[in-house]
Amino acid sequence: MSDDGLVPAPERKRDTLATVIPIAVGLLAIVLWEVLVKVRGIPEYIIPAPTRIAETLWQQWPDLWGATQFTLKITFWSLAIAIVLSVLFAVAFALSRWVEMSLFPFAVVLQVTPIVAIAPLILIYAPSTTVALLICATLVAFFPLLSNTVIGLRSADHNLSDLFTLYRASLWQRLRYLLIPSALPYFMAGLKIAGGLSLIGAVVAEFTAGAAGRETGLASRILEASFRTQIPRMFAALVLVSLCGIAIFLFFNWLSRFVLGSWHESELQRDR
Amino acid sequence: MVDAVGPLIRLAGVSKRYTNGTVALQGMSLDIGQHEFVSFLGPSGCGKSTALRMIAGLSDVSAGEITWPAMGQSAQRTAADTIGFVFQEPTLMPWARVFDNVHLPLRLKGMSREAARNDVMAALDMVGLTQFANVFPRELSGGMKMRVSIARALVMKPRVLLMDEPFAALDEITRLKLNNDLLELWSKNRWTVIFVTHSVYESVYLSNRIVVMTARPGRVVAEIQNPASYPRGPDYRASAAYGRLCVDVSKTLQEALPAAAATPHRTSATP
Repeated sequence: MSDDGLVPAPERKRDTLATVIPIAVGLLAIVLWEVLVKVRGIPEYIIPAPTRIAETLWQQWPDLWGATQFTLKITFWSLAIAIVLSVLFAVAFALSRWVEMSLFPFAVVLQVTPIVAIAPLILIYAPSTTVALLICATLVAFFPLLSNTVIGLRSADHNLSDLFTLYRASLWQRLRYLLIPSALPYFMAGLKIAGGLSLIGAVVAEFTAGAAGRETGLASRILEASFRTQIPRMFAALVLVSLCGIAIFLFFNWLSRFVLGSWHESELQRDR
Repeated sequence: MVDAVGPLIRLAGVSKRYTNGTVALQGMSLDIGQHEFVSFLGPSGCGKSTALRMIAGLSDVSAGEITWPAMGQSAQRTAADTIGFVFQEPTLMPWARVFDNVHLPLRLKGMSREAARNDVMAALDMVGLTQFANVFPRELSGGMKMRVSIARALVMKPRVLLMDEPFAALDEITRLKLNNDLLELWSKNRWTVIFVTHSVYESVYLSNRIVVMTARPGRVVAEIQNPASYPRGPDYRASAAYGRLCVDVSKTLQEALPAAAATPHRTSATP
């Protein structure tokens, strides 16, 4: 930071370029796509032009927006459940090697088994499709959060840990003032991964479930559209999935900067 | 300087053997009196930090006993309340501001931020950092971070200050400055200080007794008194008495080292 509290000019220029360049490249690709489709007369059931996709989005917005909301609902609920479960398990693992030895292998088994292989079973046992989707998406988001948080809780500075021992800190004090803050950067890194994975989990689970009807998400719209060869609608739903992914990524990046920006190396803005 | 009520700390035949079989310390016996400034001097791996950690109760004693005779029958639990510990690294919480780092020991005793404000600010005042109470550790220089670490040790008003090579990672100028600041604080407060170092010059400048230790397994080979009075400053550093004692302590240290280790080794510090 400069003395007047403003971001110095070279840094501001770099930040602006970091935003402008990808947007420009994206716009250029879209224009190129549009021109190629129009010039070569490619039919829309093979590749629709970007303007046709935008038109579909506009015309079918109420239906697609409803599906987006459903997908986001599954994504965020599954992420919330994964956060609660992973933090609880991580704390238990960090506090007791016995608990970790007993349960961690099962967490690994869940992680390495492809979700598409488990989903049919979950669909049989879950009381509703929505619950099955939630379980699938939660399982996908759970492991990166768990493993990162466990590592974070174990990464507390050993000298600080000794200091807490010297001053006879209680377990709760150790957790609150030492272990949780130490684990925060690792947890945030896990959250960035898990945010995207929970969206992927929600979409994949819906594909596997082959759910149809009003209370369904974007994956169902893509599937339905593919059955009916409504390619512009497929692309429109795909655009919305991508936008959701980008929004989740940006949100967790912002959150990480907000939480860690004042003290952790990974988020510190440095003067050159 | 062991007074009538007995030494403050007594190490009787204290040994430390780690689970991998390494003997870090063997049969260390030593009395440390109240208000003494004692340095543990020796090469790396001679067990001086281990001894300090055992005194603090952070490491188990494999053989022998550490007692606190001047505090009656009260054992380590009571003693721990009177200990301030300064590590080789500042060991600050990077997520907490300077004030909260210094507040930590009091917070662990259940004292709120408001209730502890005066004590914390007094500790920061002792190390000259009151104006930095609200900054994060990353905004401080290495020497300032170490001052915060010292303030955190002092905030509990300790009777004993255990310092594990606290200035080893600092540049020479900062180190000399902090040596002087530490002596000034000690002169005012007269805690008992046990100071671990591998610098002959630092140990002679600071302490009134130097405990020279051999390489692993660590043993005490000599206890050398430094009769020079306090306050000590640049004049003392330039005095013949200081130079002579540095030579004596160096010789004792060299004689204590195994021949192979002693021959190529030269200390890099300057008097």
